[in-house]
Amino acid sequence: MAGVPSRHRSLVLLAGVIILQVILLAVQIKRDSQGRLLRVWTVGAVSPFQRAGAKGIGNIRGTWSHYFALQNTSRENDQLRRENDELKLQVNELQSKAAEADRLAGLLNFRQTQRSVPMLAARVIGTSADTASQTVYLDRGERDGIRRNMGVITPDGVVGKVVESYRDTAQVLLLTDKDSGVGAMLADSRIQSPVGGTGEPLLSMKYIPTDDTVNVGEQVVTSGMDRIFPRDLPVGVVAEIKTGRPFQQVRVRPAANLQRLEEVIVLLTLHPLEQKKEMRAPATDPGEKSVGGTAAVHP
Amino acid sequence: MMDDAFDLRLAETHIEVHKFRSGAIVGATFLALILQAFVPVYIPKFAALDLPMLVVIYFGLSRRNPSTGLLLGMVIGLLQDSLSGPTIPLGLYGIAKTIIGYLASSIGARLDTEHPAARFALTMIFFVAHQGFIALTRRILLAEPEAWFTLHLAIAAAVNAVVAVLVFALLDRLRKT
Repeated sequence: MAGVPSRHRSLVLLAGVIILQVILLAVQIKRDSQGRLLRVWTVGAVSPFQRAGAKGIGNIRGTWSHYFALQNTSRENDQLRRENDELKLQVNELQSKAAEADRLAGLLNFRQTQRSVPMLAARVIGTSADTASQTVYLDRGERDGIRRNMGVITPDGVVGKVVESYRDTAQVLLLTDKDSGVGAMLADSRIQSPVGGTGEPLLSMKYIPTDDTVNVGEQVVTSGMDRIFPRDLPVGVVAEIKTGRPFQQVRVRPAANLQRLEEVIVLLTLHPLEQKKEMRAPATDPGEKSVGGTAAVHP
Repeated sequence: MMDDAFDLRLAETHIEVHKFRSGAIVGATFLALILQAFVPVYIPKFAALDLPMLVVIYFGLSRRNPSTGLLLGMVIGLLQDSLSGPTIPLGLYGIAKTIIGYLASSIGARLDTEHPAARFALTMIFFVAHQGFIALTRRILLAEPEAWFTLHLAIAAAVNAVVAVLVFALLDRLRKT
């Protein structure tokens, strides 16, 4: 910068700094890397404060609700809420069991499949520091067994998947993110189609042919085709349908409240979640259609 | 260097360059990032604010040195990229905030930016410009579709400008008298 007139030095610096960052962007795109080191340092520096903040807010809430505001009622309410969450899971599992029993009498149900899947409860301690991506940070990480690509759910439904795991923290890509997706199907008609995020509160079900019938209010559940989530977990409810060719534009309201997540469950497995066979299932089910993939059952 | 004080005289106009208590810039930056990544868990609408950008604008306008303004913008932008989702490559917010830091400090050296009305207007303009730079980077460098302007963006710009007037008044207390 010695030969540059002083009044132009800041402009030269601006150009240099921007060029450096453009190169940084180009390197990430070319190598498909995410600059992990800088992210690890930043997350490592910020997450202790987030964790302390979440704990502090939890303590303040607990103190308020248990000592100042209707001590017994609040505790009963907490207990009932927990029971309600457990019952919701049980209802989903039982519904899944009944549906599968009707359609494919030979398959073990979701509950039995889930028994072998270890789960971990985690608290949401932070979100992404921008509005363009939809991610949250959990207070559990590699030390707790969380790895990339593990599924994350709540008792209400699917939340997303782990995209990065640090020592004590994990980053979860929510279903609503533009780059997010889950193998799904319509609960009644069993028509399969991936459901993806749009960056907005509603999800998009992308490949429902125009000829197929879809109704507003119809349940959307996981298909198990992504090999991350077990079958028949609630994904959402059909909220809007617009005609289009060759596919309808189906918008889905997420079952889990992704705008206000505080506690989630991580499925601690990287093995494809399988539907075990109890009896020999029919080779094909005429009621089950598949779009963009085959309706395979993993033994 | 960041906390040095000096007076800048441009065309007979006396513009004071403000000096801050030690650690004020680092502390404000870190606090803004933590709040940006923490509060939306409990108050989702808080995500409409861009506190790190307000910090870049404030210190840019106050320090009035384009070099320190753009470097501060770069650092804060890259840290924000680091805390963002995997769809945000390092440099996206870095580039936008580098330019905002440069523009804020350049304008701060030429205009009186102490009045709340001036701060409100400048923050709105910088917020829209910031989104414009992000859209430009996404479209040209990342080949991703991104809207130039939406109603949501206009509302967010106004909200950020209102919050900026309040936050800037708080940050004024960190100045050395």
